[in-house]
Amino acid sequence: MKITCNQATTICDKSQYKEATFWEILKLRIHLLVCRKCGLYSKQNGLITKCIDKYKTNLNKHSKCLCDKEKAQMEHELKTKI
Amino acid sequence: MPKETHLLNPDKWVKLHADYLYNYAIGRINNHDLAKDLVQDTFFAGLKAMDNFQGLASERTWLVAILKRKIIDYYRKINSAKGKAEVKMNFYDDGEREGDWIEERIPSSWNNETEKDIENEELSDALEKCIANLPEKYAMVFRMKTIQQIETEDICKELEISSSNLWVIIHRARTQLRKCMEDNWFKN
Repeated sequence: MKITCNQATTICDKSQYKEATFWEILKLRIHLLVCRKCGLYSKQNGLITKCIDKYKTNLNKHSKCLCDKEKAQMEHELKTKI
Repeated sequence: MPKETHLLNPDKWVKLHADYLYNYAIGRINNHDLAKDLVQDTFFAGLKAMDNFQGLASERTWLVAILKRKIIDYYRKINSAKGKAEVKMNFYDDGEREGDWIEERIPSSWNNETEKDIENEELSDALEKCIANLPEKYAMVFRMKTIQQIETEDICKELEISSSNLWVIIHRARTQLRKCMEDNWFKN
């Protein structure tokens, strides 16, 4: 059941996407009981996920697309090849 | 009843599909010019391959398939590019300390880790910079998984990587991201 910090933090990352298995979570929990460094990582990782969620909602505010000029240029180049 | 057969109409491609294809590409590479070029390349490749179109799929589906191919070519290219912005190692790779934190990468306590901070608009800018600082391959996989929220299985199929490979990339991206946010935001 013993895992390294590298493995523990990998499980922690996976769990941010709810894709860690039951056994992985169990191994992570046991590791976190004895490892302060990974405990801190785990806590901060959750906060980073919250930051990303916030970033995502900001992104959706301005949806990206090509401007008319760029599309006209594209159209023009395509026509020369048709 | 005969099955519907789809037709190609290149005259209308830009009008009908450019924005859709562009959005598809930008979600994966997050670079305006590059995404635009990939869309243009997709149209050119589509023209060349028109004879192979059997009309089974819609025009858009067919174009997206070509764009996907362009994206995997791009992924291959950045994956093989050497020496550029290598991802930082966070753990010892071998020896008796294998899997342990490398000292300077150990997380340290943050000064202002409050819920309130997350509401700050500038935090999003800091995060964007940190993502952009990742090696391209890591940024691309990270964005697909985290921002676009594409299923693991689909990313693996699209980029032709294994799921364990994907998690290694996500793990390295996130540990590097954590460090970057620590240095640029939470420690200030």
